[in-house]
Order: sequence, then C-alpha cells, then structure tokens
Amino acid sequence: MNIATDYILALSGVLFVIGVLGVLVRRNAIVIFMSIELMLNSANLALIAFARAMAPAAEALRGHVLVFFVIAVAAAEVAVGLALIVAIFRTKHSIDVDQVSSLQG
Amino acid sequence: MSFSEVLQGGSLFAYAPLIIAFPLLGLLINMIFGRRLGERAVGIIASSAVGLSFVIAILQFFALSTHPEGTSVPIADWITIGQLAVPWSLKVDTLSVTMMLMVTGVSALIHVYAIGYMHEDVRFQGDPGRFTRFFVFFNLFVATMMVLVTADNFLMMFVGWEGVGLCSYLLIGFWFEKGEDGIGNAIAGKKAFITNRIGDFGFLIAMFLIFGAVGSLQFADVFHWAHEHGLENVDVITAITLFLLLGATGKSAQIPLFVWLPDAMAGPTPVSALIHAATMVTAGIYMIARNQALYDVAGLSSNLVALIGAATALFAATIAVGQFDIKRVLAYSTISQLGFMLAAVGVGAQVAGMFHLVTHAFFKALLFLSAGSVIQGIEHGHHHLEHVGANPGGGEAFDPNDMRNMGGLRSKMKITFWVYLIGALALSGIFPLAGFWSKDEILADANHESIVIFLLLTVAAFFTAFYMGRQILMVFFGQPRSEAAKHAPENPPVMTVPLILLAVGAILGGVLNLPGMHTLTDWLEHTLHVHVTEFNPVVAGLSTLLALLAIGIAWFVYGRQPMGKGSPDPLRRMLGPIFVGMENKWWVDELYQFLIVRPYIALADVLADVIDWRFWHDWFHDTVLARTFREGTRWLNDAFDLRVIDGIANGLGNLTQAISGRMRFLQTGYVRNYALSFLVGVLLVLSYFIFGSS
Repeated sequence: MNIATDYILALSGVLFVIGVLGVLVRRNAIVIFMSIELMLNSANLALIAFARAMAPAAEALRGHVLVFFVIAVAAAEVAVGLALIVAIFRTKHSIDVDQVSSLQG
Repeated sequence: MSFSEVLQGGSLFAYAPLIIAFPLLGLLINMIFGRRLGERAVGIIASSAVGLSFVIAILQFFALSTHPEGTSVPIADWITIGQLAVPWSLKVDTLSVTMMLMVTGVSALIHVYAIGYMHEDVRFQGDPGRFTRFFVFFNLFVATMMVLVTADNFLMMFVGWEGVGLCSYLLIGFWFEKGEDGIGNAIAGKKAFITNRIGDFGFLIAMFLIFGAVGSLQFADVFHWAHEHGLENVDVITAITLFLLLGATGKSAQIPLFVWLPDAMAGPTPVSALIHAATMVTAGIYMIARNQALYDVAGLSSNLVALIGAATALFAATIAVGQFDIKRVLAYSTISQLGFMLAAVGVGAQVAGMFHLVTHAFFKALLFLSAGSVIQGIEHGHHHLEHVGANPGGGEAFDPNDMRNMGGLRSKMKITFWVYLIGALALSGIFPLAGFWSKDEILADANHESIVIFLLLTVAAFFTAFYMGRQILMVFFGQPRSEAAKHAPENPPVMTVPLILLAVGAILGGVLNLPGMHTLTDWLEHTLHVHVTEFNPVVAGLSTLLALLAIGIAWFVYGRQPMGKGSPDPLRRMLGPIFVGMENKWWVDELYQFLIVRPYIALADVLADVIDWRFWHDWFHDTVLARTFREGTRWLNDAFDLRVIDGIANGLGNLTQAISGRMRFLQTGYVRNYALSFLVGVLLVLSYFIFGSS
C-alpha cells in the first residue's frame, strides 16, 4: 500500500488547522491543551511523511530522529502543562482560560 | 688647621648667612617663648643674638683682610622666570662689611641699653607685656637691615629696604594708642610709612628701568654694563639714578621727603637711636655709595644728589635751632647730618660719606640714648614728686621731652652729662673727636668739587654747633626749670655702660680715616673707586673756628644768663619772625598739607563719592549689573525654564503616558488573544519567506 505523500501532508495540514482553531476558539484549558498536542502530532506526521519520501537516503533518518525529539518534548510539556492546569483550577475553581485574565491592561 | 690657614682659604665667608640667621633665631625664640621667659631672659637673648651677629661681622672682617676683593655667598635660587634670574646670595665686600660692623656693633649696644630703658618705659606707659614685643621688632629690624646691606642684587636690597621700613613703622607706632588725641603715634607711624612708600616707588621704577636696560638685577652685571656701555646709555642711567635718588630721599629723610623723621620720634628712644639715627636712615647713603658706578656716569644725578644733600643739611640745621623737644632737635640734626653724607656721595667722595656715616652712627646713637637717659631721669623725677604728694606742673600735661622743663641736670646726671657733651662736641666737629675728621673730609671734598656745596655745608656746620651748644646749655646748665628736673636721678649701669662705650666710639671714631693714614680709603678701595683727599688745613681751621664761634654765640645767648622758669627763648627776641619760622619748621608740613595732602584727600573724596559710590555702586552695580541680572534671571526662570525646559520634560512624560494609555488595551489578559496574535505573526513571517523573497 503506497499512499502519496501529498495526501499525508494534506491530512497533516488539516490536523494542524483543527489544532489552531481549537486553541483559538475553545475556552476549556484541557481542550486547548489537546489542540496543542494535535498541532504537534500534525507536525510529526508531516516529518514522517517527508522522511518516508526521502528513503532510502540516509538523510531520511533525520526526520525520524526529529519526531522522537518532538514526542519527548511533548511528553515533558504535558507534565508542565497539566501541572499548570491543576494549579489554575486550585485557585480559580475553574479551568476556563478566560477567567485567568488578571494581566489585563 | 690653624686660624690663619682658615683665613687664607677665605672659608670664613661661609659663615656670612649667620649674620641674618642669629637675629631671626633670637626673634623667633622671643616671639614663641618670650612671655614665659621673663624680661631679663628676653633682653639677654635679643642682645646676644645681635652680639653674635657682630662676632660674625668681625669674622667677615678678618676674612676680608686676606681676601679684600670680597665674595658672594650663594644661599639659594630665589626667582628664575625667563630672562629674570635673582639668586639669593650675600655680598661680602669691604663696603658691606663696613656697614655690618657698624650696624651690628651699634645695635648690640643699643639692645643692651634698651633692656634698661624699656624696663622703665613699659611701666611708665602702663603695659609691661610689650617688653617682649619690643625686642622681637628690634631683632627683626637687625635681620632685615642685614638683608639690605648684604644684598647682592637690587631686588634683595629692596626686600631689606622694605623690611626695615616695616620695622620702622611698627616701632614708631609702638605705643600706638598714645600720643596726641590717642592716635598721635599711630599717625606718626602712618606718615613715616606713606612717605617712605613714595621713595620706594622711585626705587621700584629704578629697578624696572635697570632690568629693561640691562636684563639683570645683579649688582655685578649692572655695574659691568655701566662700565662698558655707560656712555651710550647716559639718558637711561640718569633716569635710573634719579629714581634711586628719590628712594634715598625717602629712606634717608632728605628734601623733599624728610618730613617723616621728626614725627618718627614718637617711637621709644632706643628706636630713635638705632633706626632713625644710626642705621636705617643711612640705607639711602649706602645705596648711593653702592651704586657709585651708575652715579659716576650720570653727572646730572650726582650734582642733584650733592645739591639735595647740602640743601637738606642747611635747611634741617636751621629748623633744629628752633625746636624745644630734646629728641626733635636731634631728629633735625640727623636729617642735617644725613644731608652731609648725601652731599659727600654726590660730589664723588664715597669714602668721606661712609666715614661720616660710621662716626655719625656712634655719636648720634650716643646723643639719642643720652637724651633717652635724660627723659627717663625727668620722668623719674616727675613720678617721684607724684609719689610724695607734690603736684608738679599744676595738673597740666607734663612733657618730659621739653627742654624748657629741664635745666641744671649737669649735677644730677653726671655720666649722662659727660657722654652727652662728648656726643655734642663730636657732632659739632670739635678737634679731635670723630665728627671733626669725618665732617672735615666731607668739607674738603666739597671744597674741591663745588663752592656752592661747600658754602651750604659750612653754614650748616655752623648751625650744627650752635643748636648743640643751645641744647647742652638748656638741658644741663643753669637752674632746673621744673620740679621734676630737680629730682631727676641718674640711670642704672645697664643704660650708662653702653653710653660710655658709644662715647669711646665718638671720641676715637676718627682714627678710621685719619689724614695721612687713610685706613678706610684703602679698605674701601677694593670695592669702590676712591680718591685720597688730602687734609685741608684752611677748611678744617675755618670749620673749627665757625664751630667754636657758634658755641660761643650759644653761650652768649643761653649760658651767660640762663633761661628762667617759664621765660621765652631769648633767641625769639633777637631773631623775631625768623625764630618763629624755625620753631614751626618753616611750615613745610603745612605746605605739604596744603599742596599735596588736602588736594589728594579732596581728589580721593571726589573719586570715592562720584566714581566709586555714585557711578560704580549706584549706577553701574545697582542699576546696570543688578537690574540686568535680575531681569535676565527672571526671563530665564519664567520664559525659558518654566516654559521650554519644563515643557520638554512634561511633554515627554505626557506623551509616554498617552501612548502607554492606548497601548495597555492590547494587553487583554486572554490567552487566546495572545495565541491569535502569535498566529498572525507566524503567518506574516511565513508569507514573507514564501512571497517576499521571490
């Protein structure tokens, strides 16, 4: 089964746009967080697609390696992000990000 | 190394600076510790400081006897600016050592005398604390006088010249709160100071001219220049010498600047003896003798020097005849004798002038100190009477200086009488006392050079003998004319011993330069151009005859029938208006008052009122400066500072506030807004990369 790289990239773009829209329109912090993860994974998908397109050249490995890095960073980010969300919930008893606006000018 | 070997090497010259250092040391010790040391120690320190200076002077004399050409002892570089180089070095030659010996010798004796005199004086005047101050000033005087005579250049001489002037001022005003109206002595000091400044102004101008013409102030350079280029520069040298003469007339009290010296008698008597008779006033004579090389070139100046000297000699001698204050007679006599010396250096007889300078120092110091002894005797008598309850003088102010209050002191004060007589005879020029030889040498030289000078001096000599005869007869002969004179006691040995020593000098001073031996002439030959003056028996005989005649007349007027108590001077009856003129000093002071002082004060008043007060203060300062400043600062404050500077500062602040007031609305606090702007930014960057680069 050989799917054309263009389709995969299109999927990646769609996922990314969904992620972006999710971040912009949703107010639930968890959902925003998930949208961010969606954007990261759409990027991973694009990277894997490029890597597959370039195989068997040795440079194809770079895409894989970068994906691993992104996954690792995303894991770390999840830890920090969820901790932040918990902290916000403790003070505001809500995870609506629009409630956290004390830096308003 | 034996003493003679030291002399051969001339190394004694190296001690010359000590002659200034000893009096300075003495005055420092007395100034710092004087109050704690007590009178006796202060007097001993001051006197021995001067005595040590005298010893140094004698050492210099010995050094010169093997090295008569003299030397210059360098101490330090003083001023070095461009072309001007003034080193501080001491000139030790026969001329300066003559002055050193005379000044330190006479000073030492007068210091000793002053221990006794000032002990009484500070108690009569009611302030014993000033005893120390007197000796500090006295030592300072000796130090500065030594600077003057050892000067190697004009500037250093000027330093000494001003220094002795300062000491003179300080000591004339020693009892500054006493005298007429409580400020008489202070005014006398001021008069001396200002009159001397006029002379100093001449000295300064002369120095400027010398530097302009020669480019150096060293005596050696200047005299060398006068020797080499004198004939091309007669005009300049004439100007220099005339201005130097003005300096000499101030310091040596000659016409037209002599008026300060009689008033200077306000100082204590040792001051009159030391500064205003023996030493300081001879500085002018010394200076002109020192500048012989210049005066030799400028014939006009030399003639003027001689003429001024001779005229002063006669003029002052006539005034001395009409005075009643015992010290004023001597003061005018000093002016007159200084005139003799000036006339001598004017006719080119530097040796005769210096000879008379030295002998005069002896007998005039002697006369002044004896006069001080007389005055103190009278004061003692006066106080004795007050003590026993008598009321002398009927409660009026009693003047112990007035010869009309004296008389008959011959038997009361025997030593004083005899030394006074010796001094008076020496001054009158009676054979064989010191004055005879020196005065006749001057007269012989004057006779050789100019008949006018000779006649003036001879007549002056006649008057000299007359007023001294008058003084002796009024003070010591006849009957006491006041109760105080009846009770006048003799003074203690601390005062009479110096008198006796000075009297010996007044008797034997003539051996310095006896006719046929010319000791002083040979001695000064190493420094000056000298010529041997042969003894002129006609001149000597004539002057002796005139002196004896004058004394005879004085006896005829005052001795034959002694003045009674309160009776007028018999000379007043005989001479009438002439005596009134003599008594009133020919109204010279009044003339100066009218011609110079009053117009000067009027001018100063006008300048002060119109120029300084009205123009400068009221108009320029108050109106122009102050108003401009006020208006200017007001404009700067109101218009510039408040509007422009504050406007800029406040404007910047307001602008920042306004901008940030708008900008703060960008800060919504909503995370999603930030995410949107982030997205827009990313899209812009991306589109730049995608579309902008192509």
